[in-house]
Amino acid sequence: MEKDQSLDSFTGNKKEKSEKPIALELAKKQREISIAEFFEKNRHLLGFDNRRKALLTTVKEAVDNSLDACEEAKILPEIVIEIIDMGNNRYRVCVEDNGPGIVKEQIPNIFAKLLYGSKFHRLKQSRGQQGIGISASVMYGQLTTGRPARIVSKIGPAYPAHQIELRLDTAKNKPMIVTDQEVEWHREHGTRVEIDLEGDYLKGSQSVDEYLMQTAIINPHVTITYQPPTGSQMMFVRVTEELPIEPKEIKPHPYGIELGMLMKMLENTENRTLQSFLTEEFSRVGAGTAKEICENAFLLPSMSPKKVTRENAEKMMEAIKKTKIMNPPTDTISPIGKELLEKGLKKEINAEFYASVSRPPAVYRGNPFVIEAVVAYGGNLPEDKQIDVLRFANRVPLLYQQGACAITKSISTTNWRSYGLRQSEGSLPIGPCIVHVHIASVWVPFTSEAKEAVAHYPEIIKEVKLALQEVGRDLGKYLGKKKRLNLELTKVDYISKYLTHVSDALKEILKLDDGEKSRLEEHLRHVLEVSRSVKKEDLEELQRDYGPKIKRENKDIDDYDDEESDESDSEDDESSDEEGSNEERDE
Amino acid sequence: MMAEETVPDKIKRISNNIYTDIVKEAKPEISMPLRSLQNVTYSDKVGYFELDNKFKSRTLTASTVKTFAQTLKMMALSKTLVETDDIATKRETYYVSKNWGEARFHEQVESDTVMDDIEAMFMVNREQMGFIPEEKGGDIAGKLIVIDKDPETGKDIKIDCTKFGSGAYSIPISVEHLKFETDAKFILAIETAGMFQRLVKHAYFKSANCILISMGGVPTRSVRRFVRRLSDDKKLPVYVFTDGDPYGFLNIYRTFKVGSGNAAHINQYFCVPQAKFFGITTQDIIDYKLPTHPLKEIDVKRIKDGIKNDPFVQHHKQWEKSLIEMVKLKVRAEQQALAQHGLNFVISNYLPDKLKNPKSWLP
Repeated sequence: MEKDQSLDSFTGNKKEKSEKPIALELAKKQREISIAEFFEKNRHLLGFDNRRKALLTTVKEAVDNSLDACEEAKILPEIVIEIIDMGNNRYRVCVEDNGPGIVKEQIPNIFAKLLYGSKFHRLKQSRGQQGIGISASVMYGQLTTGRPARIVSKIGPAYPAHQIELRLDTAKNKPMIVTDQEVEWHREHGTRVEIDLEGDYLKGSQSVDEYLMQTAIINPHVTITYQPPTGSQMMFVRVTEELPIEPKEIKPHPYGIELGMLMKMLENTENRTLQSFLTEEFSRVGAGTAKEICENAFLLPSMSPKKVTRENAEKMMEAIKKTKIMNPPTDTISPIGKELLEKGLKKEINAEFYASVSRPPAVYRGNPFVIEAVVAYGGNLPEDKQIDVLRFANRVPLLYQQGACAITKSISTTNWRSYGLRQSEGSLPIGPCIVHVHIASVWVPFTSEAKEAVAHYPEIIKEVKLALQEVGRDLGKYLGKKKRLNLELTKVDYISKYLTHVSDALKEILKLDDGEKSRLEEHLRHVLEVSRSVKKEDLEELQRDYGPKIKRENKDIDDYDDEESDESDSEDDESSDEEGSNEERDE
Repeated sequence: MMAEETVPDKIKRISNNIYTDIVKEAKPEISMPLRSLQNVTYSDKVGYFELDNKFKSRTLTASTVKTFAQTLKMMALSKTLVETDDIATKRETYYVSKNWGEARFHEQVESDTVMDDIEAMFMVNREQMGFIPEEKGGDIAGKLIVIDKDPETGKDIKIDCTKFGSGAYSIPISVEHLKFETDAKFILAIETAGMFQRLVKHAYFKSANCILISMGGVPTRSVRRFVRRLSDDKKLPVYVFTDGDPYGFLNIYRTFKVGSGNAAHINQYFCVPQAKFFGITTQDIIDYKLPTHPLKEIDVKRIKDGIKNDPFVQHHKQWEKSLIEMVKLKVRAEQQALAQHGLNFVISNYLPDKLKNPKSWLP
């Protein structure tokens, strides 16, 4: 119809041919942009901002996929990573796992089609979510080196290993198979990915090395073998044979739903009534709750979901807010657990004290989540620097955008001074300390698609702070004990240092003989030891528990005086007598 | 009550108490009056800061063992000094401590504090313990003959303080043995050496028949003791002439007249209760239209602290009023500011006016 009309108007006005509506000209240029094309132009959104980050992102996506696959198949993950420097800023990233493998037909879609995967359509705690990652890496490699990605996969001893070289048709977002052959492979099952790409290999924070180390810390059940482009091979060996409990899939909770998603669900549902739609497709919605939502939305429970208009969907959103709905089940999350958290950190970080906590599940916007935190103190950690913050979401280290992250904010707004660290208002504390925070959730809210920072939900910040306070209290207790022990050790020194001077002076004044003097010293030592605030047994216990770890501080005992109630000597400092210094000039 | 007890006796008695306590395995304790403005009262009757009965005590514990050792060491030193009729300056004492190994002092301030503590504990002045200050006292010029002893022969020598020309007689560190002859009418204690020089140069002491003393800032103990003895002995009034600022009022004059918090245990001897304040008063600044400097923040703080905490100011409402007035004017004036009206205005007008008009003084 439209086309006809416009043609009519054309033919009817031959003279004005040159003045045809601009929209028609513009329309020629307007066409569908494929997602692949979009991301080609906006690669920073996916973590390919620069060469260094591109290398990291590629390793990260491949490793995340491998780990997810292994865990889903209940296989203890063994990941082998190799990065080969090919000159001219080109690197080959090889990631190999002992996972279940991928059936041949799926390989092209998984590795060379954006937004393809098993994880987006369900609500379940997993590392990857959107199914963009690995395909984006393949595409990035293709853009920067022109080379296809090579995938080898085998699904069992009885099956052949397939090696497929893939490209991604960026215009159509479709995989293109370059070569496809059966090969000999040493593994019974597993997958190997090789991607050539332009990158930069550097050490330090935000490096591949750092990422793998943190991955090993937060996944104590994983063994990682890593050959960096320069230097010797690194091994991160698992400290537990226990696989994480598999997280359960859950239906969305009404509180977490957004209008667009609700409309989509209404459209796609197979349920015939609103009532059954609500009870079947959401968690924690029973018959009563469904009825209440419908009432609050002024809609009939028997209405067909397909007939719900946009306006009505909005009413439903309002109604959901008004309706009191039970929190979603929280057993769907698989936290790491207190002991394993600590074990994981211990194996990579040499500190003198560790404390950890795994909080009970909480809920933000209908999504259950669990916060876990570990703190390590002392040992080889540097003294006078801001503490190291390690952030993890669903067992994945977050290396970028620390400042924008809710976890960082929670740490810097927690008062660490009361736990014995130095801290200026609103910034990260200072001290030989590492703090890890892990958020596990079916849906971790990130601030961007690159999944680098956790969004600032008040519920999340609150939980993180509670976790930090718990480990902080443990840390504070430890530091208090340590300080007391140090003080005690100093006092023992102190006593023997000055004891003889007391007896010397008394000997001189009272003309004591040597026998009297040594008896006096004995008594004196006794008097002083008794006067100490900590009893001998406690001191021994402290020394047993912490002694070997404690670096003796070479402090004078006077430094401790303000903490002890040191008789009435403090009255000397009274400010009202401040003229004392210049009052008596002859002093 | 312990008047007859000598310093070595006191040292022995206290040391013995400590010894007995230790042998009994009790915690020895030494106590001394708290040396602070918090622990003094001003009474008009005696005319100086009297020590209250707040004590601080130091129990021998692990954390006080160092100070304890140092105190005992210094007591031992004092005993030796007195018994051998020797003296040690405060600086020398600090160096002697360098022989004490770990118990040595790191700064002279530390040894001075321990010395002050012992002084307070015994309620004697440090000269009696054999310790003397490093600096000499002030300068004297005027109608006074000081009778001292020749250090070699031990014979009396008379020193005529009018005969120093443009110089002056120096007050010795110890003044207890001095005797005086004078027919002067008053003593004028002056803050700055400059003003003292001007008055000496023009022989003001002759025209006014008086004794001039240069204090050079806050008067030392020997200056205070000297003036006290001289004034008591010869029944001479004492006038104080300082800059018109909080330092002149509260540090110099107040310490001169009634003593200090820090030396409360010896104020009895080292104060001059009969002193009166000549100027520069706040009223002088107005009356003589003196050139001024603005009060600094620290000056204002000093005044407020004085009004709030100084028992002397609290007792004398006139002083309080004068201080408040100064804060309101927000200015201070130096003695030399009188030169605005001519270099010798101070001799020709200011001092004669003051002498004639006791109402212009402050108590």
